[in-house]
Amino acid sequence: MKSSIRMLKVSEHIDETPNVRTIVLDGSIEAEPGQFVMVWVPGADEFPMSISYIGDQMGITYQIVGDGTKALSIKHVGDLVGIRGPYGKGYTPIGRKPLVVAGGTGMAALSPLIERLKLNQSEVRVVIGARTAREILFRDRAMKAGAEVVITTDDGSEGEKGFATDIAVPILQTREHDIVYCCGPERMMTKLADKCSELSIPMQASVERLMKCGIGICDSCAIDGLHVCRDGPVFSIDVLKGFSEFGRTKLDATGRRIDI
Amino acid sequence: MADLSVDICGLSLKNPTMLASGVLDETGKTMASIARAGAGAVVTKSIGREPRQGHGSPCIVELGDSLVNAMGLPNPGIDVFGRELEEAKKAGVPIIGSVFGGGEAEIAEMARLMADAGADAIELNLSCPHAKGFGAEVGSTPERVESICRAARSGLDIPMFAKLTPNTSSIVDLAKAAERGGADAIVAINTLKGMVISPEARMPVLANRFGGLSGPSIRPIGVRCVYEIRGAVKIPIIGVGGIESGNDALEYIMAGASSVQIGTAVWKHGPEVFSKVCEDISEFMNRNGFDRIFEMVGVAHEVKH
Ligand SMILES: Cc1cc2nc3c(=O)[nH]c(=O)nc-3n(C[C@H](O)[C@H](O)[C@H](O)COP(=O)(O)OP(=O)(O)OC[C@H]3O[C@@H](n4cnc5c(N)ncnc54)[C@H](O)[C@@H]3O)c2cc1C
Ligand SMILES: Cc1cc2nc3c(=O)[nH]c(=O)nc-3n(C[C@H](O)[C@H](O)[C@H](O)COP(=O)(O)O)c2cc1C
Repeated sequence: MKSSIRMLKVSEHIDETPNVRTIVLDGSIEAEPGQFVMVWVPGADEFPMSISYIGDQMGITYQIVGDGTKALSIKHVGDLVGIRGPYGKGYTPIGRKPLVVAGGTGMAALSPLIERLKLNQSEVRVVIGARTAREILFRDRAMKAGAEVVITTDDGSEGEKGFATDIAVPILQTREHDIVYCCGPERMMTKLADKCSELSIPMQASVERLMKCGIGICDSCAIDGLHVCRDGPVFSIDVLKGFSEFGRTKLDATGRRIDI
Repeated sequence: MADLSVDICGLSLKNPTMLASGVLDETGKTMASIARAGAGAVVTKSIGREPRQGHGSPCIVELGDSLVNAMGLPNPGIDVFGRELEEAKKAGVPIIGSVFGGGEAEIAEMARLMADAGADAIELNLSCPHAKGFGAEVGSTPERVESICRAARSGLDIPMFAKLTPNTSSIVDLAKAAERGGADAIVAINTLKGMVISPEARMPVLANRFGGLSGPSIRPIGVRCVYEIRGAVKIPIIGVGGIESGNDALEYIMAGASSVQIGTAVWKHGPEVFSKVCEDISEFMNRNGFDRIFEMVGVAHEVKH
């Protein structure tokens, strides 16, 4: 029996922002936008990453956080990286006029969704929140797909000064949008979830928890008895609203509950 | 109409299936959801004295329907695990607390703390094949198995199971030792020590290099172990290893197991595997004129070739 890990050659390594890079691997993948793969950097670590490019070549867009992502960042064209997946449940591209809200590296998961939505003829508006102008991720990609893009930065160096939610919440009040897709810091997503449930607007959000097995058996990424790796990472608002742990607690690597 | 309920060392189970230790059982709500999906009892993740992160990643390799894991006994420590246990108990099935430790004193203390936390029975993990200083490293010789069981048993007033390793020349000797030490039941088997190498990467895939093989590929070994143990001890046996269907569970039962545990199959078949296995068993019993599980326990020994 063969292991499910595919060893793929790096075909391109692109700087996106000062601390976010895209690694393109020479292997095809079929996946829903929002699904993820487990990325093995031999000798270093294995970790979950959203698939940022879906198709004949697979892309992963990552921020350097710890040893694993640092080891990934020094891979050269031709080096090998192990991939298993796709795993989990992604976004369902529906809606006539969706609002997409991204924070941090959230655009990695949301960009394939935006492209899929545009193929479906949806009228897509995207709010990208970044700390500062240089860290805005995949703006050109969203514009090229034909989406309307609104920028916020924490320091006001570009677009509106503030958080993505400072813009997204008033936009939602206009009731122009029939669905919200989001991926970003949990605080941002809980704020949007509160607003969406108040206005009865459907929402799908990608939740992050520390993950080990990726296949739904180890219980590391548990949230209220469900598992981010298998039942998520994308959850609909009805499920999110039923969670008592969303926005409040998560498990550390030992399984202890810690506050978010 | 077949009655699937069983009695194991005084614990009443509505059916003979339990969730195996280490699979979807680190948090209370997950354990409760597995219980609600149909498991007759739930065994917790193996819990130790102190919080422990376990091994680095990769900690799992998928091999068809089988797995090689090297989780490395990650757990939040017994001091905070009580909360999860309490949550798990809301589902109304017996919760068996699995514990590990580095020697007889620590394991005995863990068993007592797990009982204090509210477990209905204790399972001693004497068999994890990939955690340095724990599991199989303390449970590989009959002498140590016996002394650990004796130490743990003395302070306990609930049933105590000894979970044994197949990574030994004679699991039967370990089972006899556990019985001598006062174990109320034997759980067999834990995973088989194994390794997976990626030729392209030229190295073992698991960060820990070694791991434990589980799933359908180990079933014939588990069934053989239970069969052998049944011939050597009087205490009940709980069979585990590669069970995915009622037929698989019946193999263990006829080899001598009074009940079974299911772990890896939850991955491919979901928590529904418990009710599915029970349905299969029930149908088999109805077709073959069995009313109770105990009528089938060990019957494979009676057949003369
Ligand atoms: C479904 C999902 C999709 C993700 N997609 C992206 C993405 O597209 N781009 C991106 O930059 N980041 C993404 N992340 C977060 C990313 O997994 C972590 O940043 C990464 O694991 C850090 O690894 P490290 O070894 O560099 O850091 P360390 O902190 O050294 O990580 C050690 C270990 O902890 C685990 N871990 C640490 N942080 C996280 C985390 N937040 N989530 C899950 N496991 C973690 C990893 O398994 C790793 O083995 C995603 C997380 C999840 C759950
Ligand atoms: C991911 C994983 C983690 C496990 N963790 C433990 C553990 O903490 N304690 C233990 O006694 N057994 C542990 N086991 C072993 C199982 O309980 C069981 O004995 C073994 O997997 C064989 O059964 P199965 O084929 O139904 O999975 C683990 C198994 C797996 C796959």
